[in-house]
Order: sequence, then C-alpha cells, then structure tokens
Amino acid sequence: MDDLLREFLTETNESLDTVDVELVKFEQEPNNARILDNIFRLVHTIKGTCGFLGLPRLEALAHAAETLMGKFREGAAVTEEAVSLVLQTIDRIKGILAELEANEGEEPKGEDRDLISLLEAMSMAEAAPRKEPPKKDKKETAGTLVAQVLERELRPGEVSLDELERAFRETEVEVDIAADEPAAEEAAAPAPVGIDFARVAAEIEARMKQANPDDKQGKAKSAEDGEAEAEAKSEKGSVSSQSIRVNVETLEHLMTMVSELVLTRNQLLEIVRRHEDSEFKVPLQRLSNVTAELQEGVMKTRMQPIGNAWQKLPRIVRDLAQELNKQIELEMVGAETELDRQVLELIKDPLTHMVRNSADHGLERPEDRRKSGKTEKGTIRLAAYHEGGHIIIEIADDGRGLNLDRIKQKIVENGLAGEAELEKMSENQIYKYIFAPGFSTAAKVTSVSGRGVGMDVVRTNIETIGGTVDLKSTQGKGTTFTIKIPLTLAIVSTLIVESCGDRFAIPQLSVVELVRVQNNSEHRIERIKDTPVLRLRNKLLPLVPLAGLLKVDMSAEKSEDEGFIVVMQVGNVTFGLVVDGVFHTEEIVVKPMSKMLRHITMFSGNTILGDGSVIMIVDPNGVASAIGTAVASDALDNHADADAARGIDNDAKISMLLFRAGSPEPKAVPLSLVTRLEEFEIEKIEHSNGRDLVQYRGSLMPLVYPNYDVRRREEGTQPMLVFSDAGRSMGLVVDEIVDIVEESLDIQVGSDVPGVLGSAVIKGKATEILDIGHYLPLAFEDWFKRKEISSAALTRKLLFIDDSAFFRNMLGPVMKAAGFDVTICSSATEAMRLLGEGAAFDVIVSDIEMPVVNGFEFAEMLRRDARFRQTPIIALSALCTPASIERGRQSGFDEYVAKFDRPGLIAALKEITSADYGIAA
Amino acid sequence: MTATSHTPGAAANDSHSGQIQYVTVFIGGQLFGLPIHKVHDVFVPESMTRVPLSAPEVAGVLNLRGRIVTAINMRRRLGLPQREGNHGIMAVGIEYRGESYGLIIDEVGEVLNLDAAGRETNPANLDPRWAEISGGVHRLSGQLMVILDVERVLGRMQGDMAA
Repeated sequence: MDDLLREFLTETNESLDTVDVELVKFEQEPNNARILDNIFRLVHTIKGTCGFLGLPRLEALAHAAETLMGKFREGAAVTEEAVSLVLQTIDRIKGILAELEANEGEEPKGEDRDLISLLEAMSMAEAAPRKEPPKKDKKETAGTLVAQVLERELRPGEVSLDELERAFRETEVEVDIAADEPAAEEAAAPAPVGIDFARVAAEIEARMKQANPDDKQGKAKSAEDGEAEAEAKSEKGSVSSQSIRVNVETLEHLMTMVSELVLTRNQLLEIVRRHEDSEFKVPLQRLSNVTAELQEGVMKTRMQPIGNAWQKLPRIVRDLAQELNKQIELEMVGAETELDRQVLELIKDPLTHMVRNSADHGLERPEDRRKSGKTEKGTIRLAAYHEGGHIIIEIADDGRGLNLDRIKQKIVENGLAGEAELEKMSENQIYKYIFAPGFSTAAKVTSVSGRGVGMDVVRTNIETIGGTVDLKSTQGKGTTFTIKIPLTLAIVSTLIVESCGDRFAIPQLSVVELVRVQNNSEHRIERIKDTPVLRLRNKLLPLVPLAGLLKVDMSAEKSEDEGFIVVMQVGNVTFGLVVDGVFHTEEIVVKPMSKMLRHITMFSGNTILGDGSVIMIVDPNGVASAIGTAVASDALDNHADADAARGIDNDAKISMLLFRAGSPEPKAVPLSLVTRLEEFEIEKIEHSNGRDLVQYRGSLMPLVYPNYDVRRREEGTQPMLVFSDAGRSMGLVVDEIVDIVEESLDIQVGSDVPGVLGSAVIKGKATEILDIGHYLPLAFEDWFKRKEISSAALTRKLLFIDDSAFFRNMLGPVMKAAGFDVTICSSATEAMRLLGEGAAFDVIVSDIEMPVVNGFEFAEMLRRDARFRQTPIIALSALCTPASIERGRQSGFDEYVAKFDRPGLIAALKEITSADYGIAA
Repeated sequence: MTATSHTPGAAANDSHSGQIQYVTVFIGGQLFGLPIHKVHDVFVPESMTRVPLSAPEVAGVLNLRGRIVTAINMRRRLGLPQREGNHGIMAVGIEYRGESYGLIIDEVGEVLNLDAAGRETNPANLDPRWAEISGGVHRLSGQLMVILDVERVLGRMQGDMAA
C-alpha cells in the first residue's frame, strides 16, 4: 500500500468520526449553516480524494451523500430519516475503508446501488420546494433546543427562563442592581408557588455548557454558539498542521526508557546522599532536573483529551434513541480534560457501556417521563475534570433511578447475600451490587444491554487501572456514576511506610491524611469490643493494622496504640491503616508482580526504590475489600431530623450510638451529639441537693437518668454518655453501650413521650431514638436560655454553600458545633436543586465567589421567591470591602462575614437565629 | 554479586549428541542437577524483601541488576528443614515464562557432562514432593544426582496460585 493511500485512510477515518459527531449536532440544529458547511466540506474532500486515488465505489457513495447535503444547504428540511440515511452511508464508507486497508489498497467488490438510490430518491424529494420558515421547522423535525426552550408552557407563577437569564446577565455586568430590581420583582410577583429551583439549576448548568463566558450579551442563539465552536475548531486545525504523526509504539518505548531513567536517577541520588561532599553532586542535580523535565515532556506526548474517547458517543446515543424510541440529549462537559493515552484506551469501552446503560435502563420512555412530570427528553450528562492527581468522570442521567427492590430481589435470587444481611445494608451498599458479576436488573434482555455482563466488567476494567467507580441514585431523579482514575499509570507517587520492619509503598492517590497516635496525645486509639477506632474530627474512623492485614507477626513489645495512621479513602469508604513508621514520598515506576504473587490482592505491584531494594506496593482497593463492607460508607453526617423521616435525605447516613437503658430494647442517639463515652466508678458518683453528680474535668457534672428503670449499679463502674457544650457537661446514665452503627435514620413511628423522638429500625431492630434536647435542660435548667436560643436551635436547619472543599470541611463542623443541623452543598445550583425539591432551611450561609452562579446571584434569586423572602442569608466572602458588602446587602444578604472570621460567623448566626426566634415567639 | 555466570544456550543443543551439561547444586546435602541452558546466572541474593501473604516457598523479591527477581526457597519447596543462619547462601537465576526467578540453594557445585542415556526414572518410593519436581536420577560415582525440572518447580507453583 503506498503512503498516499495510507495517509488517505488515516485522514478519512478521522474526518468520518468528525462527520458522525457533526451530523448528530446538525440534526438538533438544522439551521446551523456552519455545521452543515463543515460536514459538506468533509464529505466533499472524501469524494474528491477518492476520485483522485481511483476508488470509484467510495466516490459514488460520497457523491450521493454530498448531493443530499447540498439539498440541505439549499434549505431543504432536515428529517430524521435523511440524517439516518447519511449516517448509514458513512457507516458503509467506513466499512469499505476498513476492507481497503485489509486488502492493501484494493477496493472491495460490491454494489452500493441500494444506498445510492435511496440517497438519490431522498434528494429528489427534498428538491421539491419546502422552504418553510426554518425556525418552526426545526422544532418539529429535530426536537427542541433544551438550552433555549422549555418543552411546555410555563406553569402559572413560574418565571420565564429568558427573564431569569436576563436578570443574571444584567447583574453580572452592572454593579448597581437597584434599578433592575423592580423588573425582577415584577417577574416574580405573580409567584404564589415560587421558582422551580431544580429546573433553573439544570437550565443554568446546561447553559454554562454552551455559553461563551466572554459573551456579555448572553443571548447568543445556539447557532452563534455553534459558530464559536466551529471557529475554535478551525483554530485547532491550524495548530494540527504543525504536528507530526508518531507511531504509538515509539512513544511507549520512549516512556519505558524514561521510567527506567527515573529509577536510575533515584538510585544515583540515594548514593550521593550518603556521601556528603561528592563532586557528582552538581552534575547529578542537573541530571535530575533534566530527567524530571524529560519525564514530564514524554508524559505530555501521551496525553490526549478525553473527548477522543467520547467522539463516538453522540452517534451511539442517537442510534439508541431511535432504536428505543426515546428522546435523549447527551451533554458533554470537559471534553478537553487530558489524560494518559493508555488510560484513555482502557476507559473507552467502560464509558461507552455505561452511557448505553444509562440510555437503556436509566432513562424512561417519553410517556413515562411525562407521567412523572419530567420533560420528554431525557438527559445523559458526561463530565470530566481534574481533581488532585486524578480525573473524575461522571455519567449522570435524569431517569428513573435504580430500582432498590428489584436489586434486592436479584441479590437474594443470585445468592449474593441473604435478606437478613440486606437489612443491615445501606441503600448505597445495595446499589453497589450492580457491579457484582452476572448481575442485571433489566426486566428483559434488550439488544442494547441487560445481558448481565456489563457492570462487573466495567468495574474490573476501571479497577485494573487503579480507578474506582461509585454510584448514587435517587428514585425518580436519576443515577450518577462517578469514575475516578489516575492521570497516568506509568509513574505513581507513593508514601513509604514501615510495618514490623518491612517497608511498603502506598499510592498517594488514596491517602487522605496522616495522623500520629500516642497514648497520651489528643489522638488515641480507642476500642469498641476490641475493634480499634480513632476519633477524628467528630467522626469515628475504623482502624486496621497493616501488619494484621498482611498477617505479619506483630512483635509483642511494640505498643499497639502508638504509631501512625494513614487515613485512606477508597470509593466512599474511609479507614485508617495503622503503621509503625512513615518515611517519605517517592515517585515510583510500578512494575508488575511475578505471576506467583499476583494472587495477593493486597498488593498491586512492586518496584525498586532509590536505595536499590524492592518494595511492595499496597493496593488500596485490595485493602478496602479485605476490610469488607463492614466499614459502612460515611456519606453525609446529617443529624436526625424530620426530613430524614420524610425520606428527603434517605441517602444520608449518620452514625448512631446504640445503648441500652432501662429496657432490653436498644436506644440510640446520633453519635455526633455525644462528646465522650465515659465510665465512672460508682464511688465517684456523689449525691447532692437531690441529684447525682460526678466530678468531671474540674467541675461538677450532673447525671441524668433517661428513665427510672436504668439500673443504678451498686459496684463497679457506671457507663454514661457525656454531652458537652460551652464548658458544661451532662452525663446520661445508661446500662450498657452496645455498638456504633451507620444507618440512614428513618423515624417511622413518632412519639408523644417526652425525651423520645420516635422509633426507627436500626440493625433490623426497632430502636428508640432519644431526644437529647429534652434531657439537657434536666441537667441545667438554663441550658438553652443561656445561649439565648431555643431548644429548637439544636435542630435549626442550616444550608451551607461553598465551592471550596477546604472551607466546606473547615466551616461545616464549626456550624455543626454551634448547634445547627448543617446541610452542605458545593454549588449554588446544587443548593437550588435541593430547595427545588422542597427542602426547607432556617438559615442559609453562602459563599460569594463561586463559579457558574455566584453568591449574589443566588441570593437575588432566593429573594425573588416568596418562600425564601424571610429566610436569613449570610454571605461568606474572602473579599470584605465596603463596596462588596454594599453589593451583598442589595442582593439580599442579611449579614456579610469574612471567610476566616469564625467567631464572627457564629455571632452572626446566633444573632440572626435568636432575633428570628423572638419574632416567631 | 554474581559469582559465576554461564551463557545460556551454549550447551543447550547437546541433548541429541547424547550428552547433557548440568549445573550441580546442593540443597540440604543432596546433589541436584539443572540443565545448563535453563540457568541464567548464579548470584548471591542480597537485601531480599519479604512478601507477606505469599506462598511459604516464596522467600521474597530482590533487585538483580534492575530486574525484580522472585526468590524461591528450595529447601522449603522440597520440604527440608531450614538452615541455621544465612551464611553463604546462593541462588540460581532462571527465566521462566518471561519472568525472573531465583532458586535459593545451599551451594553450587561443578558443571557435569552426563550421558542422556544414563538417566533413570524416579524411584517409585521417592517422596512425592520430590518426585513432583524431579526429572529423573543420574547415578554418579559415590552419589546420586536428582535432575531438577525447572518447569515443574515453578509451573506447579504458578498453577497453584492461579487456582
């Protein structure tokens, strides 16, 4: 095969992939001349080249397709059939090209009369003058443009999207909002119900995908968007003319060599480190720098935008939509996110499979969607972004969500778990079973999916490249899969730790933090029935000694309670690995283990360290699965509240402390409310003024008995739960502390008995949930008054929005400690969705500087809605200038607090809530 | 690190001329022979890393000139008692299915040229653990040499692991 032909094949295949994508886009936007021109040009080029190379069959096909598209250009209506036909033609061309390649340049024999005559017939039909006003036409033929138009009439009271949009844009440009305010008010005025926030959030996100951020106008028609895209493309095109094609094998080889170079460099550095004044030092430093740069450079050559793996998806989704009679919109965000070619290849198939799955099982038929009050068109959203050293890929659909009962039934049928076990599992744990081998919940096997070979293969593929896959699902709202994969497989940054004299490398990807534990330090290992746990920022972290996992003999003289804890996160399982020592981090080149060792799931590979010794690399996935599902995922640390009972937060799990007091039935309180678990010697319990007291931390702590049946022990020790706040403590006396469990708290039976919130099922048993708010005043009558907030404040619901994980982690617990029930959102749109779903909050704390929708916009929107007009909103900002504070006031914020001003925040919260309480009372 | 090195393949094709060259090694006082073309090199294992959870026969992994070698404790493989101390142990490096292994033995002997015809099958009453990895016996003057079948020594272990 000559070079010319080879070049032609490569280029044509690339063009055809582009045509695929463009056509699907075109079908949705038939009036976008730019897209059409692009397609036309590509097909035209193919036709021309084929003629030149003497490939008559291809030429004829391309010609027929070109003619039809010519008709489109002249204004013929774009119908689904026409596009299907062109796509079919392109498939045929691809087929011929593949054979061409296999046959070394021989065009395969065959006839394409069938397709060509169809194409011609279509062209003739289209030739008939059907030049209708394009605007209307497009709506009928190719579905609606979601970003612009709602597929239904506005419900009474809903603000039109354009209206909202305008308000957003204007506020963004103009600092002086006052003038615009009345207009916005007007728009919202007839709103008895309020804004459908969930929808608005979705709209904004959809819009962000399209809108050009510099486009102040913001009203760009999608055609213009398309234009901008096309322009961006053509710019890219000019860049590509400066590039050359390199064989992938060459790059792979280069990469291997660089990896070896890095290893050797590390070894040299180690040697020089031992010789203080070596003349090698300077040149070696230079070598080290050059190596690092070389490594980076070679890595870069392997990086490709993830969009390459997505290229085929629009076409697949389109075909599926037709086959399944569904309307599907595929959104792709972050296609430019780059990752290693090798990873990209490995992720391609799982991604395709998951998108197919979402289209097939996830999304409902249009009629079902309509019934459940959704738009007929379902959305599959693909998003990719960098986070730390990984790439996160999300595949979300707004379909029906996973069917919990169906999954449970399947689990039992397939003998994967018993019903009793299922009882103990959280919904998320049950959902995870869809990744089990041979598991399919599709009621019937379709040609698309449902053969039960899917998700376990997906998971295996992802895990082999050191990634994790996780899912979230809400009944009726949709399912989101989150894939987390490393940027590259070749070089991994690891933490070198020691356990019982052996060193091990732990990939840093899964290390969250390190904690030093000592018997007398703040952090110490505690035990619940011999199970070691660590209290870390109000959470209990399950601990596993690495030596125990690896079944290495633990030397007796070593204190079990001293050492380091490597806090690791795998999926949404967090646990602490106890090691004896932590050395340093080292970049290592993972080498596969010998086949003889590959069965050890605890290791993912081995490598040679700088000092020349071999070290085993711990596989976080292996460790996590060894610990087992016993370690419940600790998602949100939400408090027990009525919302949970109503099922809004049915996913949120909270740690519950189970104990017995007065009766054999278990009782429970949310662990986050408990400050300490203590046992006091009976002799230490003193009686004074008719009540029991103990001396605790320098002051007297009153003891409260939940009921009269609690056994007052005669000897030994009395267990109790200690609740502390602002320097005061109360001891709740119990008979026995049973366990700590993670459960989603669902209070099923309310209670009239004071001190009992109600009953819930915990670990398969009916359990009384105690209302701590009832007992605190029993210890100190002024417990709540002192703080000038009512007992209701303990269950005051606070919504906290901040896009920075750092602040979420820092301020969330602060507000929680101040007695609020904190719900945390990472974006305004997420918050809007929550509000749209009917969640109510007593106070909202929002960050100002956020992408997509900033705090000002968010506040303005809330204020336009009657439901939230009275809700206190506090702004948090890194920027506290008089101008921004003024702006905040105008936007509707009640308070404006600097981000680092924690006492200020608490003071503002207290002031607002107590004032609020005053009004309410 | 390397005591002696034998170029592989040099004597590999001797079998049809009736002669086979064996590298002889001692394990627990018993003389064993490995066909010379199987032996990559002989080295002194240094700074071995233990591999927790591995089969008991796996002594560990070590770095041999930039390659990671899995070391097999032959005494354990043959069910012999462990040696006191770690002095003077040697390893025979072999390549098996693209991976490097080191068989840890007590001591390396000389290279012997033996007649293929002189090989006898395993005695029926041989310890099954030995019979499993022995490719036959040669009668030498004064002692017997058991032929170590590398494929079976490692293959069985890999197979076990896969199962």
